[in-house]
Amino acid sequence: MTTDPLTDYQAEAPVAFEELAEAEKERASGIGPWRLAWRRLRRNRTALAFGVLFLLLVAVALLAPVYADQVAHTTPERNRIADTLHIGGKEIEVVSFEGVPTGPTWHGQYFLGADGNGRDVMVRLLYGARNSLFIGIFASILTTFLAVTFGTLAGYFRGFVDAIISRALDVLWAFPVLLLGVALGVSLATGGLHIGPLTIENNSIWIPTLIIGVVNVVYLARPVRGQILSLREREFVEAARAQGAGNVRIMFGELLPNLMSTVLVFFPILVANAVLLEAALSFLGAGVQPPHPSWGTMISDGLRFIVSSPTQTIAPGLMLVLTVLSLNIFGEGVRDAFDPRARVRLER
Amino acid sequence: MARFIIRRLIAMVFVMFAVSVLTFLIFNVIPNGDPAARMAGKNSTPQQIEAIRRDWGFDDPLYKQYFTTMKKVFTGDLLSYANRENVVDRIKDGAPRTFVLAIGAAFIWFISGVALGLFSAVKAGKVSDRVVTVLSLIGISMPVFWLGALMNYYLGYKLGLFPNGGYVTIADGGVFDWFYHLIMPWTALSVLFIGVYSRVVRSSVLDTINDDYVRTARAKGIGERRVMRNHVLRNSLIPVITLWGLDFGAVLGGGAILTETVFDIQGVGQYFQESITRLDVPPVLAVTLFGSFFIVLFNAIVDIVYAALDPRIRLS
Repeated sequence: MTTDPLTDYQAEAPVAFEELAEAEKERASGIGPWRLAWRRLRRNRTALAFGVLFLLLVAVALLAPVYADQVAHTTPERNRIADTLHIGGKEIEVVSFEGVPTGPTWHGQYFLGADGNGRDVMVRLLYGARNSLFIGIFASILTTFLAVTFGTLAGYFRGFVDAIISRALDVLWAFPVLLLGVALGVSLATGGLHIGPLTIENNSIWIPTLIIGVVNVVYLARPVRGQILSLREREFVEAARAQGAGNVRIMFGELLPNLMSTVLVFFPILVANAVLLEAALSFLGAGVQPPHPSWGTMISDGLRFIVSSPTQTIAPGLMLVLTVLSLNIFGEGVRDAFDPRARVRLER
Repeated sequence: MARFIIRRLIAMVFVMFAVSVLTFLIFNVIPNGDPAARMAGKNSTPQQIEAIRRDWGFDDPLYKQYFTTMKKVFTGDLLSYANRENVVDRIKDGAPRTFVLAIGAAFIWFISGVALGLFSAVKAGKVSDRVVTVLSLIGISMPVFWLGALMNYYLGYKLGLFPNGGYVTIADGGVFDWFYHLIMPWTALSVLFIGVYSRVVRSSVLDTINDDYVRTARAKGIGERRVMRNHVLRNSLIPVITLWGLDFGAVLGGGAILTETVFDIQGVGQYFQESITRLDVPPVLAVTLFGSFFIVLFNAIVDIVYAALDPRIRLS
């Protein structure tokens, strides 16, 4: 829909008018879509602030070993269930005789208290960030790779190839995501995964990564297919074909670069969903396996002690909300920057 | 239209068939131990294991095992490997609880989501719009099991405002107690969707508000309230109702597993959770089928309603 900002003036929507006028100006000055998007994103302070917050969380996750080593003097797996601490002139039992772990000490050691196994909650929280972000990011890379591959093949070749891929997606779509994730997670956690020469240990965090990466494919593959279906009819593809470019060259040289902005728009939101799904699976015992820390498992462990030390449950949940929120807000900013009228949406 | 519905229903049957085959294969291919050995227990002789294997048909070729299992699903004779309970009966017990949870939450999230979205669209750009936006984004980012656990602890345990989880049937405790126990689970399950819906409604209303027919309605001198209700809202709700159908199907089909577990609702999702920790294949298979049935059903309903509203879809 093309709108002429000068005749389409509406008293009800002065904001829209300004935006349109601005868009008109930007188009006239002949800037590429990427620089245009960057320019819009730079003006969106909220989105940028939350983008920075996410980077901070990544940095915190990367620095977890430093904190564990220098400040807390422990590791995420080390339990000191029978130890007594001397902090601030007081003696604190890590886990009391009755089995109640200590609450926050607000000192280097056991800053946020201990968990039921006498492990440092703060250290586990930071290592949990590593696992959550690792799984979220790598699962989303896998999702993107699969979705772009299958979506592009289906949209480009149409016909038989499209029929096969689309039906397969329909079936995947019909699966209850959480049930599938939990079932796969638990089964693989008992036996590990063996496909030909590839073997993944049963407590490896690659297992939840693979599961989440695969079950999320439908959400992205359908919009990608739609995009390719419309892109392949455009003049530049026709021009490339007229110059003698083959299918492979058209897909890699013409279609994929045009898909980049779509992928970039979806990526932060995919990561946010993957982090939430990982937490849910781990909460149900089907994600990250003990003794590896994960926010989801920490919440489920913490629930046993919620009366004596609610910090154990609250802290990982807050980290989770902060991570997902920063990704969602930043992701929304990226989407607005590339596509102010939001034509492409992640299927859900 | 009849042809469209029939075509859609046939497609539905095929998808369900594919889902059942896949689920069955996944749990027979992934190495999770020999079910016969697990059923026989730790102190069992090879002969006992062999006998179980023969009685339960674990020796049969896979396709035969698949058909006997599926037959049992439909005749209601499917038994759990772990405790030999009747799986179909357990699902029948749990289903009403899952339905009640899903239906109540769906009403709450639809009404609140639309109200909030409309409010923030009308106030677009103002402080109140920003507040609603921030709140809905927080809602979208909130893990339901964490929210539920905190509600249970603070509102249920500490303040004693609501019962601390559990489900009371109307027959056992009367309508009031039944309702009272469901308030927290309904709310917790709705939060995420309220966030999503208010965002969708907001952008959908802002899209339609600038359409020509709305301007025409205003030009005719129709009052602002009526324009909003009859012209803007009616049209911008179409995508929301689609979404509602799909989400409702997804929640019925296993999306409520976390809420059920946290609030101890004992619905189908929680049954699934208990079964999978025992690697009990029959209930896992049956609940997955139950779940995908509702997902596929609501997908079909949404498509059919859409086709009824818009003839162009029928032809493509």
